[in-house]
Amino acid sequence: MKENLYKYILGIADNSLILGQRMGALTGHGPSLETDIACTNISLDLFGQVRSYYQYAAKIAGDGRTEDDIAMLRKEREYVNVLLVEQPDTDFAYTMARQFLFDVYHFMFLTELQKSKDLTLAAIATKSIKEVSYHKRFSSDWIKRLGDGTELSNQKMQNAIDNLWTYTDELFHQTEADKAMVKDGIGVDVTKLKEGYYKQVIEVLEEATLNIPESKYFQKGGKEGIHTEHMGYLLSDLQYMQRAYPNMEW
Amino acid sequence: MSEEQIKNLEAQFEERIARDEKIEPKDWMPEKYRQTHIRQMSQHAHSEIVGMLPEGNWITRAPSLRRKVALLAKVQDEAGHGLYLYSATETLGVSRDELYEQLHSGKAKYSSIFNYPTVTWADMGAIGWLVDGAAIINQVPLCSTSFGPYARAMVRVCKEESFHQRQGYEIMIKLANGTPEQKAMAQDALNRWWWPSLMMLGPTDAESIHTEQSMKWKLKRKSNDELRQQFIDQTVPQADLIGLTIPDPDLKWNEERQSYDFGDINWDEFWQVVKGHGPCNKERMKARVGAWERGEWVRDAAMAYAEKQQERREKQAV
Amino acid sequence: MATKNWPLWEVFVRSKNGLEHRHFGSLHAADAEMALENARDVYTRRNEGVSIWVVESKHITASNPEHNGELFEPAQDKVYRHPTFYDLPDEVKHM
Repeated sequence: MKENLYKYILGIADNSLILGQRMGALTGHGPSLETDIACTNISLDLFGQVRSYYQYAAKIAGDGRTEDDIAMLRKEREYVNVLLVEQPDTDFAYTMARQFLFDVYHFMFLTELQKSKDLTLAAIATKSIKEVSYHKRFSSDWIKRLGDGTELSNQKMQNAIDNLWTYTDELFHQTEADKAMVKDGIGVDVTKLKEGYYKQVIEVLEEATLNIPESKYFQKGGKEGIHTEHMGYLLSDLQYMQRAYPNMEW
Repeated sequence: MSEEQIKNLEAQFEERIARDEKIEPKDWMPEKYRQTHIRQMSQHAHSEIVGMLPEGNWITRAPSLRRKVALLAKVQDEAGHGLYLYSATETLGVSRDELYEQLHSGKAKYSSIFNYPTVTWADMGAIGWLVDGAAIINQVPLCSTSFGPYARAMVRVCKEESFHQRQGYEIMIKLANGTPEQKAMAQDALNRWWWPSLMMLGPTDAESIHTEQSMKWKLKRKSNDELRQQFIDQTVPQADLIGLTIPDPDLKWNEERQSYDFGDINWDEFWQVVKGHGPCNKERMKARVGAWERGEWVRDAAMAYAEKQQERREKQAV
Repeated sequence: MATKNWPLWEVFVRSKNGLEHRHFGSLHAADAEMALENARDVYTRRNEGVSIWVVESKHITASNPEHNGELFEPAQDKVYRHPTFYDLPDEVKHM
């Protein structure tokens, strides 16, 4: 089995899985029916991508595991999503800030992944990038609305950005598998995305009349499977059925 | 307008409906027609959005990715359908916020079935199969109801809902053909959802107050009891097919009627839930009111931003 | 701050190129951008459209049904606007 490729796919897919799970949980609880429908769409897009990635990963693994086994039957330490996407929905500002901070990265990442020598990954990227382009527009618009809305919304959005900022740097870390995949022309060199990322993010934050966080202290660990304490609870939900009723079809 | 003039208009109005003409929002209509439609359509809309909650309860725990996306899409459709129906109601001059207010204050009703808890995954199957099945029976005739915006909304709703019942039945098939534990889960869900689904089609004709007027306005095409019989006749063979047992010892094919005879419905339970004392009435309202209140600052911010943008554009233009 | 509700917008969708935009329904949004986004998510989830128009409902001026008589009935007897009004010899098959 191509160990590095398998790990690399999980690195991409887990981000979408965990963010999709977070967004999906909001269905029926959003600030308006219209935003509810929009957020569910984002969740559905992400899960669609997730299924393509895991189906491919299952093929690479070749050990009889299915997309669902990979999605739902790993231990917490085996999930390699970035910490950003697992952060809870403290309020709608957090939801949109998390989405925005990920979308800007996600769009840049997929743009590069389209050029991958791995044709399956390139094809998934090409399909997904249209969805993600829309996510980015949607979340950027909400950053501006809440940042430049009322005093209260500005405070809340500032608070969300300040608190999530610490998770942005990890997006540009490389694991050993990442490095190997970059060398093979399959993976994206995320270190090269960093500058453009902050430039884009800052542009939107400024338009939204938000302050750019100055903190230089960043958190990391997700890519190595060391998560925040929120992750275990998210996984208990995600895995509940597969754990409580092992080896059954649904 | 004199009483006689109104009587005259009313007579013309009823004739139009009898000729299968559609009534549009700006047309003259009797006040009772307007009120009845606001009540029924908003109740329908409320049912869609409260109906998102019991199923939404399982989105994070769906057992596979395929099931998860199907469930998400279904619950999202319910939001969409609520939206279509609120919009159709708004054409009668009442705002969505007012309608929400009626829901949140308990003044407006929604379908009682959503006050039952979803306790296992099989409930997703049972709801899709039975609750959506009963809903479709109620809704299809509304596609040709007399009020144009309602009829148009229902055409869209019915078209989109065609996958909902299949989604649920497929879950049940899989469980019924699965391990003994899965089959038991499916049977348990059927046991719990069967009777509430029958109640969902409304009180017996003898107790139903609105039926005659509703028939005239094509808000109803068949009586509650007829709809219930139709639902039972269509669902029993579907249960047989997958080896599940309808939890009614009195259920028996009646050769003469070419229909199933069935046991007594516990109407005390029905009225208890309608009056707000079902297992989840309070939770459902808490969830809806909570979402609305938590969202207030968001909605305000969006309006404030829109106004600022408008001002900026106007300044630029000057 | 007193709550202001999101205004109502009417949504028109072109299902495919070559067809006109058709009224699909309405929704609430704070501004035009949001109305477009919401319209996309609400009314084109099943691939129903290639183009969307949104217009705030208050900007639509509607004819009053009470004037339907004077507005529309005069057109009913203007049969000369229709091809069937004109006689043609049977030999002329297509015109």
